[in-house]
Amino acid sequence: MYKYDHYDQAMVDARVEEFRDQARRRLEGKLTEDQFKPLRLQNGLYLQLHAYMLRVAIPYGTLSSMQMHALADIADKYDRGYGHFTTRQNIQYNWIKLEDAADILADLAKVEMHAIQTSGNCIRNISSDQYAGAAADEVVDPRPYAELLRQWSTFHPEFAYLPRKFKIAVIASEKDRAAMRLHDIGINIVKNDAGELGASFYVGGGMGRTPMIAPLIRDFVPLNQMVTYAEACLRVYNRHGRRDNKYKARIKILVHEMGAEEYARQVEEEFAHLLDQGVEPPFAELERIRSFFQPPEFGTGLTEKADRSDPDFALWIDRNCSPHKAPGYVSAAISLKPVGGIPGDATAAQMHLMAELAKGYSFDECRVTHAQNIILPHVEIGRLHELWTKLDEAGLGTANLDNIGDIIACPGLDYCSLANARSIPVSQKISERFASNGKGELLGELKLKISGCINACGHHHAGHIGILGVDRKGTENYQLLLGGSEAEDVSLAKITGPGFNEDGIVDAIETVADLYLERREDGERFLDTYRRLGMDPFKEALYG
Amino acid sequence: MADFDLGTGRDDVQLRFREDEQASIAAVTVDSFLDQTDAEAVRIEPGDDARDLLPHLARLRLVEVNFPSYTDGRGYSAARLLREHGYTGELRAVGDVLVDQLRYMRRCGFDAFAPERPLDEADAAAALERYDHVYQAAADEAVPIWNLRHG
Repeated sequence: MYKYDHYDQAMVDARVEEFRDQARRRLEGKLTEDQFKPLRLQNGLYLQLHAYMLRVAIPYGTLSSMQMHALADIADKYDRGYGHFTTRQNIQYNWIKLEDAADILADLAKVEMHAIQTSGNCIRNISSDQYAGAAADEVVDPRPYAELLRQWSTFHPEFAYLPRKFKIAVIASEKDRAAMRLHDIGINIVKNDAGELGASFYVGGGMGRTPMIAPLIRDFVPLNQMVTYAEACLRVYNRHGRRDNKYKARIKILVHEMGAEEYARQVEEEFAHLLDQGVEPPFAELERIRSFFQPPEFGTGLTEKADRSDPDFALWIDRNCSPHKAPGYVSAAISLKPVGGIPGDATAAQMHLMAELAKGYSFDECRVTHAQNIILPHVEIGRLHELWTKLDEAGLGTANLDNIGDIIACPGLDYCSLANARSIPVSQKISERFASNGKGELLGELKLKISGCINACGHHHAGHIGILGVDRKGTENYQLLLGGSEAEDVSLAKITGPGFNEDGIVDAIETVADLYLERREDGERFLDTYRRLGMDPFKEALYG
Repeated sequence: MADFDLGTGRDDVQLRFREDEQASIAAVTVDSFLDQTDAEAVRIEPGDDARDLLPHLARLRLVEVNFPSYTDGRGYSAARLLREHGYTGELRAVGDVLVDQLRYMRRCGFDAFAPERPLDEADAAAALERYDHVYQAAADEAVPIWNLRHG
């Protein structure tokens, strides 16, 4: 894992003092709320319906056990004893007092963490593949490149007041587990024919009101020019992105209106100029960062077979464990989606336990996923049963990764001032319905995502099944979407037709699920069957 | 509109980081500047393209970059572009210039500040001195941390 040196530490320490000073000037009336707002946002402090929310950055989703313990302590000390893991691999606390914020940032700085640029119109925390460094299919560990970009983007003086927020994801595999092409910039680290590593840049993806899949802007940027190329991408956006309309200010609109080719041309022009400006880090820095991400010392001669005699355990292995590059290991997913629970929530006690298990079973490391679960990346197959037993006792042993119960949901009208409808109760009802009728397991991989408004924080455009909550004449109404994917087979979901009320949407989902069960052919997932059949039979089943 | 004084004179500059004599010349709009051959001062609005000035940098002594609202960050790119292309004259941020934006502005090459509302000088000094280091290169002399690490 990356470790701060005295420079990194000095930066976060200074940031704490800067925020303390800004909060003081706000209280003294030297800053108006309007002037203070972007400052607090760039420190992760966001005003929700009932209280301030603090969003803490978890760079590329990687946490040590010490950091996870610290997050649990913050939940206990400053919140209501729980935290909420987010689709950007971060954690949010929903019940924060403004006067505590600087102290929380100070607690975070002690464990090499911060809330820098987790909100506001700036470059946000960089996300990545939760199986980085473990996945059997990766080209390299993508995290060193994400860390390099983290440093580059931290307090970037030119890009702190962009037209709108800016999200970057870095992966290094043909399998996309980070929704890479639905980011403002998606980077895939690839190998060319000569065996050299480089970065493919996809620019202008996103969800929100106007979902777009990012087009490829450049297929191969040499690693020793990657930061410069990113700088060029951002500069073209900062200069030309729309500022007349908040809803058209994301880079996806610029790329769409300008055309991907023209955008790429302007980036190339800026890039050619910037290559002479000395913005690229020394290559030795990338090598230094890489040294923190060396594989742990895996055991050898380990068993590659687990004892599957306990059927519940066998099911958990099949659902929640993923192939590892080292023989005798898997990556194990801890589902934060218990039946009827709030997706992504974890209590302080659960966080402490996950921290202990990360230390005991996974070389002191865990990961947050964009689907709001936790991964223990390196677990010995021979110790899986022991691990699962401990998880199960704590209510963390749900076997539903990527199943219909593994729902992504935004905070919705229960917390968010932008929402039109509640997301959490709907996700709870769906999860309960498919657990009680036993169809959840039968359906296999089925990614369901719920947003409580068109801003799409719950990724409904990218759900195999998506739900969008809207306000219809003062009552909550839920639109149903089918056929989205955030993975390497990326696609945007389409609306089926008229929406449903809260109970109706749960029935509607069972209707489309039943149709799939009836019509699926060998090995097809829900998404495959939908793609083969098209929308019509689903519409017919829903609306008759 | 022809060239006229847009209202910022030497008295309005609150902070200045240059040794030379402050130019007391009126800045004209970019369009007006491009229409004449002897103007020495120009004022960039957020919608202007700073690149239009690049062929004329040699005759410029003062560039004002206006921030009608501090949340519009186009002026940061304009400033850095001018510095990267060799402009060495005064680069003055005017308009909605606030304490907490000063440091980023300095890093992008601004060396004079004429805020609409005067800044608390102690707060401004503290904001400018808050951080000892920077992560990335910009238009200032600061050496990025990654260069310091690898000497």
